[in-house]
Amino acid sequence: MLFRRNPELTHADVTPKHLYVNRRKFLKDAGFTGAALLAAGGGLWELAASPGAQAGTKLNGLSKSPFSTTEKQNTYDDVSHYNNYYEFGVDKTDPARNSHTLKPYPWSVSIEGEVKKPRQITIDEILKLAPLEERIYRHRCVEAWSIVVPWIGYSFSALAKLVEPTPQAKYVAFESFYDRKQMPEARYAGIDFPYVEGLRLDEAMNPLTLLCVGMYGETLPNQDGAPVRMVIPWKYGFKSGKSLVKIRFQKEQPPTTWNRMAANEYGFYANVNPTVDHPRWSQAKERRLGEFFKRNTLMFNGYTDQVASLYTGMDLKKFY
Amino acid sequence: MRDIFLSKWTKAVVFVVCLWPLGSLGWDALHNHLTANPIEYITHTTGDWTLRFLLITLAITPLRKILTLPDLIRLRRMLGLFAFFYGCLHFTTYIWLDKFFDLAEMWKDIYKRPYITIGFLAFTLLIPLAITSTAGWIRRMGGRRWQMLHRAIYVSAIAGVIHYYWLVKSAVIRPLAYGAIVGVLLLWRLADRFWPRSGTLQASLKSQPQKIQT
Repeated sequence: MLFRRNPELTHADVTPKHLYVNRRKFLKDAGFTGAALLAAGGGLWELAASPGAQAGTKLNGLSKSPFSTTEKQNTYDDVSHYNNYYEFGVDKTDPARNSHTLKPYPWSVSIEGEVKKPRQITIDEILKLAPLEERIYRHRCVEAWSIVVPWIGYSFSALAKLVEPTPQAKYVAFESFYDRKQMPEARYAGIDFPYVEGLRLDEAMNPLTLLCVGMYGETLPNQDGAPVRMVIPWKYGFKSGKSLVKIRFQKEQPPTTWNRMAANEYGFYANVNPTVDHPRWSQAKERRLGEFFKRNTLMFNGYTDQVASLYTGMDLKKFY
Repeated sequence: MRDIFLSKWTKAVVFVVCLWPLGSLGWDALHNHLTANPIEYITHTTGDWTLRFLLITLAITPLRKILTLPDLIRLRRMLGLFAFFYGCLHFTTYIWLDKFFDLAEMWKDIYKRPYITIGFLAFTLLIPLAITSTAGWIRRMGGRRWQMLHRAIYVSAIAGVIHYYWLVKSAVIRPLAYGAIVGVLLLWRLADRFWPRSGTLQASLKSQPQKIQT
């Protein structure tokens, strides 16, 4: 037991699951990439050194965050094998199985709309824009289950400051990647793609709102929204769009995917609220994955101190 | 062909095959394959199989007539009881693992949540059918009345499909597929009743009033 607590070893030191699970495919891809690089000549070092080159790449120099919870974290295996990512299938285990078609590198995100400096930003630039923090957040799904995840990223406001929103910007829309060919399961999902989510600008600028590039000490696996996603911990999980390709600042509230699908069930705000039930099921309790008994759901998922002021004077039963 | 259905081994084999979904759940449990949310997985799997066995049971009558395999009737009771069996597992998972025997909470669910209400209806309708599935009960009730009662399976199957349809968030394709199958099976019965094809098995079956076999 002498070696049990080795502070040098983190989860990221374990061979990433997707590598040993998809070893054959990985070897094939690696061979292909290697050959392509040899042909390109000289580019090998640059790409190999890039932190976003492979999902499951270790992210170094993470700082701790005062927003982190000390609650027991779920396992990497749970968080990467129990996903809602409808583009890759509607069963929880589908995304882990089907999302290997997503190519998270190279990647760029278009930032546009009501900003002084619209631009394309590559994943490499995103990874270097601000110091990466580990933020251990509670994550509550609208389906009444929850997890605790050590996400990696920084406040979305850092990205917003880079492009300088104009005074007209009141909302932010987040659009996820969509390609019918890479995502054949999407046609059975029953919702329209590309997936679009949105926030009010003040919600987006709240320091809790995380632009997320990794989890468990490494870059995101595809099924969790590689290479860059949102994490908004006081809202139901569907508000946190995955695999972002477009971020648009705008005057009007953007139409969002689930809200368009069923406005009476999925509000634009979608704040975690145990007193406002989903029309078809209760939101008073939740099952934390790995626990047998349900626990009570907390107002704003336990982030009241940080976010309640955003909603003063609003009837949260009306603006659910 | 006929010998196969009359063989005493057929029932035994079908019985074992019908236990396969349960065995596969057990296997998954032993090997940690119940996903990160085992209770949800067990609930969905047992629910799926309840509905599948209801459809298989409902398919027996059309199949025995279309394929002229009247002996298929020997399997119908067992298949129906398996639908009830998986329904019991599904309901037990809900009341035990999901609600942990909180009856007040359960009644609130049944009262407030239409998908639970209709699922509960689908399940409770199967209880009298399971009880009266024996030869003794058929005799006591008389074939006609027994058959009337057992038409409740139509309602149960429809209610089961609606239960599923109301439960999913957006991916309605699977509940709709189940619904389509139930629709075909019930429409076939209507067609068969109003436009029986003469000279075929069903016509000859119709001419024999005492056609209930056990």
